[in-house]
Amino acid sequence: MKTQFKLMNRLVAMGLVSFAVATVSQAQTTDPQVTETLNNSFVSKGIANKDRVKPDDIQILCSDKVFLQSPAGQKRAVELQAIALKEIKPPSDGKYLGEWKAGEKVAQSGRGATWSDNEKTVNGGSCYNCHQVTKAEVSHGTIGPSLLGYGKLRGNSEEITVYTWNRLNNSKAYNACSNMPRFAHFDLLSEKQIQDVMALLLDPQSPVNQ
Amino acid sequence: MKRYAILGTFIVALSSMVAPQVWAQTASDQLKAYRDALADGNPAELYEMEGEELWKKPMGPKNATLQKCNLGLGDGVVKDASAQLPRYFKDTNRVQDLESRLMTCMETLQGIPQSETIDAPWGKGQKKVMDAVVAYVVTQSKGMKVNVPANLPQEKKMLALGEKLFYQQGGPMDFSCASCHSVDNQRIRMQDLPNLTKPAGAQAGWGSWPAYRVSNGQFWTMQHRLNDCYRQQRMPYPIYGSDATIALSIYMAHEANGGEIMTPGLKR
Repeated sequence: MKTQFKLMNRLVAMGLVSFAVATVSQAQTTDPQVTETLNNSFVSKGIANKDRVKPDDIQILCSDKVFLQSPAGQKRAVELQAIALKEIKPPSDGKYLGEWKAGEKVAQSGRGATWSDNEKTVNGGSCYNCHQVTKAEVSHGTIGPSLLGYGKLRGNSEEITVYTWNRLNNSKAYNACSNMPRFAHFDLLSEKQIQDVMALLLDPQSPVNQ
Repeated sequence: MKRYAILGTFIVALSSMVAPQVWAQTASDQLKAYRDALADGNPAELYEMEGEELWKKPMGPKNATLQKCNLGLGDGVVKDASAQLPRYFKDTNRVQDLESRLMTCMETLQGIPQSETIDAPWGKGQKKVMDAVVAYVVTQSKGMKVNVPANLPQEKKMLALGEKLFYQQGGPMDFSCASCHSVDNQRIRMQDLPNLTKPAGAQAGWGSWPAYRVSNGQFWTMQHRLNDCYRQQRMPYPIYGSDATIALSIYMAHEANGGEIMTPGLKR
């Protein structure tokens, strides 16, 4: 009887512990000291509103590497990827591919969304900042994988086309903590610009695939 | 002045000479060639000389010099001082970096309100004075080792905060400092990115700022460098000398401990 009571107690205790862990993982928040410091250390300037220091769900998850690698963090990542994927809209005119020449311009430009830009600044995709894209442009970054031969290597099946479209619209749909910005989610690129970058990657005539 | 003109001509000649044929090299390769050609002639020397004069010049409502400024090693001690910053200061009850500490000195000794520096545009007004004084002070730590143990509780707290801020994402591109500075041997375009989470990268980065920037002909302090990082992160505007900038600084400096100080540096 005594042993049984002890066992019960242990089970209850274990239950409580796991309940507590589950509660913590669901209510993952930013360290209050970080929030306070951000609030005290930044001001709005131009188009860069102070609200930008306030992280959204993806940013909260990806700022906390320890939590991200925990089972609860991995579960959260999958949840947020599903939300991101659901939000992506297919092209309104049904055309996935625009013009690669215009896409190359988008890929080259790293402009937009800083406090030294304004509402009229045409944003770029900053693609070359992180990726090799064409052979001709040797000034490219290495944070992201090389995209040389992207379409040639993968073909232009519907699956690849839709996947690429989704990646450009919201890279977090496949990897919650991808380094790549969410171009459609934050209105960084227009639908036409994304169609043009699609052509840069997938059009057989594009220098990417030559 | 004459020296300035000669140096200026030299720089223009050099940049036109160096730029075209080394296009396919990384920025660091180009800079190495440039540094070698300049040898000891970093244009930051001009700021340093001006700063030494300003350090000794009576200024502000109190018409006082900065010669009694305590940068952590005692009143008026400049030698090796910036190698040991940021650190906790009892009189302000704050962890301070070089620039926020100098603002304290300008205020208490000279009667110049901190807002005059904070609100001035880069390179103008009291920030112009700051640039020169910083150049002078950091040159006095050149060749020394970074020594920021962060043993005091206030410093430990700031260090932990700095590490969290380093990974804190925000803005419409989801960037944090770590997006560009947490992996070895990465580049943005041709620009090499130091991995600031490891001693080697932190030593290269922290150890070579403040620096003279060849591309725009300006001397940039660490606060200016951090400010432009946040601009490129698409974040809002970090207040000059704010706690976020100081926390990040102590995180980088602590990681860079033992590294050689090469300030003022020479950058693209």
